[in-house]
Amino acid sequence: MDAILLQILNGLDKGGAYALIALGLTLVFGTLGVVNFAHGALFMLGAFCSVTFQKLLTISKQVKDTSITFFDAYKEMPYLEIWFGDFGKTIIDYSVPLSVLFAIPVMLLIGLAMERGLIRHFYKRTHAEQILVTFGLAIVLQEIVKLSFGANPIPTPAPEIFSGTAAIGSLFGLGESVVYPWWRLIYLGFSLSVIAAVFAFLNLTTFGMVVRAGMMDRETVGLLGINVEKRFTIVFGLAAIVTGLAGVMYSPILPPDYHMGMDFLVLSFVVVVVGGMGSLGGAVAAGFLLGILQSFASMNEIKSIIPGIDQIIIYLVAVFIILVRPRGLFGREGVMED
Amino acid sequence: MSDKKNANGWSRRDIMKAAGAFTAAGAMPMFFTRGAWASKTFVNDPGNSKTVKLGFNVPQTGAYADEGADELRAFKLAVKHLNGEGDGGMMQTMKPMSLKGNGILGKKVEYVTGDTQTKSDAARASAKRMIEKDGVIMFSGGSSSGVAIAQQSLAQDMGVVFMCGLTHSNDTTGKDKRRYGFRHFFNAKMSGLALGPVLKKEMGTDRRAYHLTADYTWGWTQEESIKETTEGLGWKTVKTVRTPLGAGDFSQYITPVLNSGADVLILNHYGKDMINSLTQAVQFGLRDKVVNGKQFEIIVPLYSRLMAQGAGKNIKGILGTTNWNWALKDEGSQAFVKSFGNEYGFPPSQAAHTCYVQTMLYANACEMAGTFYPPEVIKQLEGFNFDGMGNGPTEYRAADHQCFKDVLVMRGNEHPTSQFDLLEIVQQVPRAQVEYPADIFGGELGPYEKS
Repeated sequence: MDAILLQILNGLDKGGAYALIALGLTLVFGTLGVVNFAHGALFMLGAFCSVTFQKLLTISKQVKDTSITFFDAYKEMPYLEIWFGDFGKTIIDYSVPLSVLFAIPVMLLIGLAMERGLIRHFYKRTHAEQILVTFGLAIVLQEIVKLSFGANPIPTPAPEIFSGTAAIGSLFGLGESVVYPWWRLIYLGFSLSVIAAVFAFLNLTTFGMVVRAGMMDRETVGLLGINVEKRFTIVFGLAAIVTGLAGVMYSPILPPDYHMGMDFLVLSFVVVVVGGMGSLGGAVAAGFLLGILQSFASMNEIKSIIPGIDQIIIYLVAVFIILVRPRGLFGREGVMED
Repeated sequence: MSDKKNANGWSRRDIMKAAGAFTAAGAMPMFFTRGAWASKTFVNDPGNSKTVKLGFNVPQTGAYADEGADELRAFKLAVKHLNGEGDGGMMQTMKPMSLKGNGILGKKVEYVTGDTQTKSDAARASAKRMIEKDGVIMFSGGSSSGVAIAQQSLAQDMGVVFMCGLTHSNDTTGKDKRRYGFRHFFNAKMSGLALGPVLKKEMGTDRRAYHLTADYTWGWTQEESIKETTEGLGWKTVKTVRTPLGAGDFSQYITPVLNSGADVLILNHYGKDMINSLTQAVQFGLRDKVVNGKQFEIIVPLYSRLMAQGAGKNIKGILGTTNWNWALKDEGSQAFVKSFGNEYGFPPSQAAHTCYVQTMLYANACEMAGTFYPPEVIKQLEGFNFDGMGNGPTEYRAADHQCFKDVLVMRGNEHPTSQFDLLEIVQQVPRAQVEYPADIFGGELGPYEKS
């Protein structure tokens, strides 16, 4: 029972990341009709916002290790700690959650620049051309990050207070030995909050209403004198923020490296296809569903029956959905069905 | 039978004697001249050229690009030293040493580079290009056992020596060994043999271990070797679980450890996988747990400095092994660290060390053989005993082309004094403790001559 609870939590946690990335991906597809292969790179850039912010906070005075003469070996003392003592230390400790504030404007700017500078020139091109150009963009962004930060993952720890585990077993009557990392629980809560905020924005604001109307029938909304294109550009920026935030908060779980976006991109496309291209609810539901399925498939009991199932489960589900219901679980009729 | 002479005064016997003497005189250089084997044709024979070309095939893209970059730095430094430039590095400490600082056999050393991408097919394609288009006489490098095995198989097929870079699988010099492949780096079996006594001393003989293992040749052999060691100590193996390469999130593999009854987690992961699995194992509170009345421990049998950097503070206190470390105080290690540090501004990694040493050993073997003819160079490397290259007296065992030398047991440093001081040496395990019979892993080296 405790194993099942833990795998559900693992699935929800992973699913939270899949859902956030897929939500951004499907927003862009639903509004602009673009299959954005650079979307994974936005997740990676979000994680590197966290790295950059941490590096900014830990700009240090270097104290040379004089016992070494062949090269510069030194111990670093962050200026924040020198100037503000324990308060400075606390700010550095909280660099990941604080970098959310840093990432929002940065990711918005990146999103707007990406859409205005490149992707809008490909709206009327074929999907193949869109895929090629966005995939190329992803590789360029990856290489820029590699050049700046190296290829090795960079540790971005969660605040000390959240580095331990919560005894969640006692909540379910399973005893105190069943524990789960605090930061992963926070990540789950964070992803649910962001998803709720995006849905509230699209459903409770006039801007959101216009966007949704545009997703249904862009031409008619345009005929009403509304500048749909401008709103869709902002939606692209919004998608970049959502995906970037997923990356920021995931950085303590997965130390960021330049390639992490590609690892998540393929999974996110599977999530979008399973949920239904352009369906926001579908992306979220499929994200959590596939996360949980992947976790259960990794259980030793399941793997002893079907070896290797953990590595192929989500692709099997995708194949099944494409064969049985090409539009996806929540996809609109006609989309992806030709 | 009479010995009749013809009109010129030559008997049949005279003619036979003269022919024998002529043949012997003609063959004289073959008996007394070093390098006479050069008359045999072989792939990319530099002949009368004033230069000789080496190929450095390292991961320049992909997860091991940083390690590949460090390997390339070491190769460039080795070339510099071979050509008599710079401070000479380990050429000052290597014993015995036939190199003269004038290239190899008087030919200036040049090099080409390739990108393995840490993929077997890409590495083979890159190596093939170096051999066929660039004309390299030897190639080296790499940061993966799968890639090394693929390359040494190509080396055997093409008749060009491959000096392995970083590869730790037992298979490289075990079931997949090749006559044209040589490994200076240590292996999983040696890691196990080195770790055993330290584990016994620090964790006792009554432990229950759970393995998470990267699902490819290196992971399998490391799991096998470490399991053999720990079970030899009296430990029980609770479970061995294979994880896909590049899994990213290991939570679904770590949670079953929590209530498995295990009190030790052994991570048979390398590079990014190790960084992620260790980070997440610590997040799941494994190091804070007390199981079976004992403090839960994590072991990372193969360490590298780049991995330690990526794992950050999670590495602190965790035991593992390395082939070499820049903090070693022997004359050879210090000469290399000084040379590398002055050139690049930071200490070399163990990957850089092994690549530098491999280049020097190959060049030295050519000098000893007096030729670039691969079978003769191979014979010089086989059974070669040397010192002054770090890790003490070392032997390139002829039977499997595995180098035997001291192995380092390391621990994540609790109190680093600098950004490079992430791992501390717990023990320099003597070579005698990590030796094993050559035939235990099977495999055949294959012929000296290109097939």
